[in-house]
Amino acid sequence: MSGAGSLALTDLTRRFGGPNGPAAVDHVTVTVAEGELLALVGASGSGKTTTLRIAAGYEPADEGRVELDGKDITRLPPQRRDFGMVFQHYALFPHLSVEDNVAFGLEARGVGRTERIARARGALAGVGLEGAGGRGIQSLSGGEQQRVAVARALVIEPRVLLLDEPLSNLDPTLRQAMRDELRAILRRQRVTALFVTHDQEDAFAIADRVALMDKGRVLQIGTPEMLYDAPATQTVAKFVGRSTLVPAVPDGDHAVITVGGVPIRVRAVCSSGSPGLGALAVLRPEGLGLTPPDGSGAWPGVVQSRRFVGAVYAYRVAVADGRVLEVLAADKRAEEGDNVGVRILRQPVALVCG
Amino acid sequence: MVWISIPLLLLLVWTVIYPNIAVVAGSFGHGLEYWHAFASSPSDREALWTSLWISVASVVASVAIGLPLAFLLTRMEFRGRRVLQAAATMPAALPPLVGVIAFLFLYGESGVITRVVQILLRRDTPPWTLSGAWAIVFVHAYTMYVYVYLFVSAGLERYDSALDEAASGLGAGTFRRLYRVTLPMLTPALAGACLLVFMSSLGSFSAPYVFGGGLRVLATQIVTSRLNGAMGVAYVETTVLAVSAVAALALLRWFEGRRRYVATGKGRALRVPLRSPLARAVTLPTALIAVVVLVLPHLMIVLVSFARDGAWTTQVLPPEYTWDNFRRLVTDTSLLPPIRNSIIMTVLATVADVVVCSVAAYLLVFRRFYGRRLLGVLVALPWAIPPTAIAIGLASTFNRTDISAARVLLVGTFWILPLAYFIRGVPLVASAIEGSLRQLDPSLEEAALGLGAGWWQTLRHVIYPAARPGLVAGATLAAITAVGEFVASEVLYTHANRPISVEILAQVRAFAFGTAAAYSVVLIGIVLLITLLARAAEDGRRGVMALRS
Repeated sequence: MSGAGSLALTDLTRRFGGPNGPAAVDHVTVTVAEGELLALVGASGSGKTTTLRIAAGYEPADEGRVELDGKDITRLPPQRRDFGMVFQHYALFPHLSVEDNVAFGLEARGVGRTERIARARGALAGVGLEGAGGRGIQSLSGGEQQRVAVARALVIEPRVLLLDEPLSNLDPTLRQAMRDELRAILRRQRVTALFVTHDQEDAFAIADRVALMDKGRVLQIGTPEMLYDAPATQTVAKFVGRSTLVPAVPDGDHAVITVGGVPIRVRAVCSSGSPGLGALAVLRPEGLGLTPPDGSGAWPGVVQSRRFVGAVYAYRVAVADGRVLEVLAADKRAEEGDNVGVRILRQPVALVCG
Repeated sequence: MVWISIPLLLLLVWTVIYPNIAVVAGSFGHGLEYWHAFASSPSDREALWTSLWISVASVVASVAIGLPLAFLLTRMEFRGRRVLQAAATMPAALPPLVGVIAFLFLYGESGVITRVVQILLRRDTPPWTLSGAWAIVFVHAYTMYVYVYLFVSAGLERYDSALDEAASGLGAGTFRRLYRVTLPMLTPALAGACLLVFMSSLGSFSAPYVFGGGLRVLATQIVTSRLNGAMGVAYVETTVLAVSAVAALALLRWFEGRRRYVATGKGRALRVPLRSPLARAVTLPTALIAVVVLVLPHLMIVLVSFARDGAWTTQVLPPEYTWDNFRRLVTDTSLLPPIRNSIIMTVLATVADVVVCSVAAYLLVFRRFYGRRLLGVLVALPWAIPPTAIAIGLASTFNRTDISAARVLLVGTFWILPLAYFIRGVPLVASAIEGSLRQLDPSLEEAALGLGAGWWQTLRHVIYPAARPGLVAGATLAAITAVGEFVASEVLYTHANRPISVEILAQVRAFAFGTAAAYSVVLIGIVLLITLLARAAEDGRRGVMALRS
């Protein structure tokens, strides 16, 4: 049995503290197609890690099914699932060498010593750690440990690879580099992967699709672009990227957005729900621009702060009703305390309706 | 402040190293004659060999009980777990000699269990005689498995459960996971426990003394040689015993150096309920039987403490009960002194331990000075030296006053026993305070001084609160060890300063089982009182902290 499989989690529920306890995972349904990289994203306590642990077999499901290629494996113990797992703290065996760590799964599968060492070395080469096999785990840097953990999980040619916060232990610089590298490794191996992260940037950089979880439920599944441009709920809009949510009145393929008593009519589209029940416009900083204070079609406001964030400046502009809008602009056109206007640059604006 | 290290080092060299040097020097008193005598004596060779193999067998037996018990109680959930967990450490609450006496009452030739089995089997003779090597191993296993259980439980509490999950996720079944991952990770804890059992067995005196029969082990052989006036051979035996113990310690340190792992994870395994119906059916009665076996020695001591002296002869249980034993302990002028002696000598030794070890631990943790490594060795060394060896060292050093040789006559005086107890307490108190102080960020002391606090203020408000948990724990351990101390006491006591443990054995020899057991109950009571006082001291501190916050 080898090659990537497809994983389906159907209606998974897990309660802690008895049958009437709170549901850590609440009727979660997610499918990961063969060779797909899917990220479960959410704040801590959203149920993403519990979902992953149920998929791995470390945690029982109170309800629902785990299927691999259509076969029910809900009750199968972890050692018989043929899954690979990368743990948050890597869980490398500190008493074994790097090579023996990587070869552990092959040893458990009865692969002879010569072959398993050769394959372990191959797997280490695959993650850029040629020649590190004889080293002790304690001598590795965080990034190297992470790569050993990935090699250990991949060398057994798992049907599905599960990764629990694989980048959370790395410093920010290394993290950026490892994002690209991890995606490249997973792509090269054509592996089906389900990974958990609290960091939206990690998820967007690595995953083909992202499932956003909150309070044990999946709020939205889609490509990173879908979640960013068309958030299904307020929670998704708030979690994904920076935004300000302001009330809007939908009107066909337009909407009137009123801020500080100044209505502006723009093209808009509901990403979910029904437009008849009122809506919230998702105003992204890069979709807004600064104009002179008396410009028409703009909300007047005062610059509260200006921050240089690399290629652009981030302005926080206090508008008349007390809201603060975040605006990105390429130049230093306004100082703190200046009166400015804020207008919408990018249309249609995403609406969370109903 | 560093100047204080000089008198401290001198004191410890004088009390810890000097007596041992005197013993080694004494063994070469007539060139190699005593060593030849030792090597050519069949009884000495037998004693060395028996000591070693009994110690190894005690380690094996303690691991066989303590290891599975630790796994069962930290990893599994089942009915009766809490009771078993509470009872599991009970053997440690028995002072060494009291445990031995309890075994004598229970499993000795005329013990309760022995007689019950004899009646059940309708035999004319006892089914066993609790005598010889296996009896010693049996008693050791009962009292010493607790070390293995506690060390391995602590290891399992710290154990990152993600390692087990990783192993099973990679396809390893229960057995492979256990021997390839879990047990190797527990090796440092297990090795530490094995060393403790080995050293305790090697130095064990009361079990071989009471149950040895004709069997010779080094710890008792030393006393025999001394009683026979063969001091030279006693010195050789003491040296061999001490060197064996230090060698075992060195071996463990070497082993630890090779296998030092730092667990990086945070996951802790939760207890898993026992699922198999058979296992569930078997565990409860087994747990209850285990609890009874563990509690029985304590119950037996309490029961016999009410037995009238001389009345218990051939019956299964003592036939007559009375309060008289306890009444006499308080009213009889010949029976009260041992209790008073034990208390006074324990207080003296513990106070000295706290004073000396507080300074030593502070210097070891916060100061750099010439002789620091020596100080570290000096405070740890008494742990590695068997108590018999400590006693012989003191007996041979402080047996006359000779200022030029730095000798003072203490043998035959009251002060020799508090000194022996002090030396035995040094490693316990020093390591506990050192452990607490190491958790204090050294920059806090600098911050206090930088904020203008004086030396005394810094000591009182920064150093002392940090040292306090270790100080209380160390002082408690030292006091408990001192009050129940038997080995050094038996070698060094005089009639005037005889402690409770020595008196218990004297009463047993006089067949005054009731009085011996009453003394034992008093001893257990004092140990409990010390524990309660320590707990009250810690609770009081927490209360003050809570009020402040």
